[in-house]
This record gives sequence, C-alpha cells and structure tokens, in this order.
Amino acid sequence: MVGVLALQGDFREHFAVLCKLGVDAKEVRTKEDLSRVDGLIMPGGESTTINKLLRRQGLDEEIKRKARIGFPVFGTCAGAILLSKEIIGDSQQPLGLLDISVKRNAYGAQLDSFEEDIDVKGIGLVKAAFIRAPLITRVGKGAEVLARYQGNPVLVRQGNLLASTFHPEIEGETKIHELFLKMIKERRTPSE
Amino acid sequence: MEKSTFRLKSGLAEMLKGGVIMDVVTAEQAKIAEDAGAVAVMALERVPADIRKEGGVARMSDPKLIREIKAAVTIPVMAKCRIGHIAEAKILEALNIDYIDESEVLTPADDKHHVEKSLFKIPFVCGATNLGEALRRINEGAAMIRTKGEAGTGNIVEAVRHVRRVKEDITALDSLSKAQLLAYAKKERVPLELVLETKKLGRVPVVNFAAGGVATPADAALMMQLGCDGVFVGSGIFKSSNPRRYARAIVEAVTHFNDAKLLAKVSEGLGEAMRGLEISSLPTRLQDRGW
Repeated sequence: MVGVLALQGDFREHFAVLCKLGVDAKEVRTKEDLSRVDGLIMPGGESTTINKLLRRQGLDEEIKRKARIGFPVFGTCAGAILLSKEIIGDSQQPLGLLDISVKRNAYGAQLDSFEEDIDVKGIGLVKAAFIRAPLITRVGKGAEVLARYQGNPVLVRQGNLLASTFHPEIEGETKIHELFLKMIKERRTPSE
Repeated sequence: MEKSTFRLKSGLAEMLKGGVIMDVVTAEQAKIAEDAGAVAVMALERVPADIRKEGGVARMSDPKLIREIKAAVTIPVMAKCRIGHIAEAKILEALNIDYIDESEVLTPADDKHHVEKSLFKIPFVCGATNLGEALRRINEGAAMIRTKGEAGTGNIVEAVRHVRRVKEDITALDSLSKAQLLAYAKKERVPLELVLETKKLGRVPVVNFAAGGVATPADAALMMQLGCDGVFVGSGIFKSSNPRRYARAIVEAVTHFNDAKLLAKVSEGLGEAMRGLEISSLPTRLQDRGW
C-alpha cells in the first residue's frame, strides 16, 4: 500500500494517478497511518504549512527514522523542498534526508509558472507542471540527477528517495509514479 | 514552454487545498498568518467586519500595502478587486501577485458584468451561492470557486447554505434528461459541456473553498466535513482575542477536520472568538452582489 501525505496540498491528484495505475493508496495524517504503508508520497502544497503540520504530529521524526532504513519517499515540489538538506535563504528546517539544496519560488510568482515536456533518464519525455516551483541549486555526490530543465536539475534520486521540482500529477502523468512504485517493489524483494 | 494555461491557474488552487487562506491588513499580520501555517494571505486594507462597520465604498487596496505584504511572506499573496472592475484587476495583475479574488466584499463596479477572467494571465477566485453562479464564473475563466458566506459576521450559516445548495444542484443534475440539462444550461447561461462535466465529476470542476463567516476551528472543520477543499478566514482571526492561537488552531482544524479529539484539543482555551452578527439584522447582504 502506498501512502500519500494528506496534511495539505494536492494529495487528491496523486491519488488519482495511483488509482489510474491500479494501486492501493492511503491518506497519511498521523504516525499510525504511516506505520501501515510501504512508501510515502509527499505532495505539492505550501512547504511552510506542511512542515509545521508534520512537526505538530511528530511525523517529521518518524519519516526521518524510516527513510534512513530504506523506506521509499517521493516528494513533488513542496515535498521535494521538505526532503532536502538545505533551503537557501529560508528559516524553516527541512527533513534533511536528500542531499540537495533548494531555493523556494525560484522562478517567481504565479505568472512565471509554466508547463513543459521534460526528458527523463531511462523513461523519456514526461509532462510536467512547474507551479511557483523551487530550484535545486546543489546536488550531493550520493544523488543522481534524472532530469534537467535549462541545465538545472528537476528530478533527483538518491537510493530510496525521489524528488521532483515539478508536478507530474497535475498533468495526469503516470511515468514518474511508476518509477516510484518500482522503487517500493525493489525494497520489498531485494535482488541480491 | 507554456505559461498562464488554465491547468496552471487551477493547479495553484490544487496546491492550496486542505489549507487556510487568511485576510491580513498589514505586513506584520501577514507574517503571523504565515507562521501559523496559512497557505496564502489575502492582502486587504480593512477586514470585512470593519468594511461593514465603517460603510462607504470599499475598493481595491493600495498597491503599496500589497507590495509590503508580498515582501513580508514567501507564501502566495492574493488581493481583491471589485466585481466587474477590469482596471483594478489589471493593476493587481501588474503587481505580480498570485491570485485575484473578484469579491462581493468590495462595492461592485459593474451591475451586469463580471470581469472576463479568461483574458487575464493571473488566476481568479470567485464566490458562488449556487451551482449556476459557480459555473458562470468558471465559464468566465475563474480557476477556483468559494462560497459567499456573509463576510464580517462571524456567522457560518450562509456559507453552509451555499455549499449545501451547490451540492443539491449537482445531485439534481443526475435526474435530468438531455433536454432538461440543455434547458438548465440555457437558464443558467452556461455551456452545456460545463454542466455535463460537473455532472460526470459529481462536484464543481475546480477547487472549491469555504468563505464568509468562519470564526472558530469548529466552523472551519464543519465546512471541510461538508466537502469544501479548504477555508478562507477573513475577520475571524484578527478580530479574535488571540490571533496567533486562533490562526494556528484553524489551520490544524482544517487538516484534521475528521478527528474530533484533535478538534477538541485545538479548540480548548482559545479565548473569545470575534463577536458575531445575526444575518437577519444586516442592512446589506454582501452575497446578493454578483450576477
């Protein structure tokens, strides 16, 4: 079962994609919910809001603990910001799991939001919506860039962690979610 | 690269779901709202309760105030233009804010026409008291809808009426024949396709928030339980006795709207909510503005 963090944001759109792929999904709002899922999607939304709500539920520590022992987590936009090590010029503390630095709203306000097809390594073209999107300004050695736009990383994977600065779910795009489902499956059945 | 598409306009509204959008009149209040966990702020000169009290013509806020509020926070900033006031809308778009609320809380500028919102790059949210009104606004280009509960009253009854009415109207579509659906579309002055899409989805085809009269965490949870995607709070926070606590409690109530134990906890010892008004005692009903 795949969990979708449902504290705030576009969790309904992630649900719709999982439903399209015929996957069982569960809304995650508490630690108890989290204990019942095999992987977690952190949706788009307002990172400042989701971050506070995570802490008020003690979900931040629980996600960190699980992710460090291989629990798969996929963050889109706000979710990617929360997974990062560092948010440039911002007082909020992210979870610090994925070795990237990000800058929020780096493209500007809503009028600078855009849609574009992105070429993803091993997958090909995917539809992507960048809505008040963040920019990944640094990628650590352990993380692999799977897609770039105008030279900047927009999709990054580090082991059991996946982060996109864009929203595949808003476009009804399923390919990135399929990659995440593969990551969950790999964890359940180790190849060695 | 494509910009300002309807998908991007409605997409930002999707990101606001499950969140609280708070009215603020100063940069300092905006900061309090952001710290409490607001997903966006509505930059205003006066909250609706004061607009009601002071009377006169209520207009778009001073661009200077909007800029100051925009500079103070990292979350999206919205601002209101008068119904049908194309020039105010253009000014707000030029200020590069994130969303415009074409709002009945301000004095209408046009008694027949709303802003043709599809001609703008910036997304709009509009109020609706029933499905026909919601679909007219969406047809004009609104990318988000909200109820038109009586702003500034701290009385939730009208917002409840609107969200229930929209639901009933959608349910009623199910029993209509093709000819009756066409007649409904004609009567409501909206394209048949929009009616059919609503019928198929079983909900308004864009994000639908509660607005007007939300004064307590329980009010916010009620609107979520009735199926709203999120909540606007106007006077309810900064007219309460303890804005920081009210703001935080309402944010938690919207996220955990189905968790009664948690609602009890966040509602405890908040201090006095804003003083409310009985709807029947109002000289002006703001929800009657808009056509």
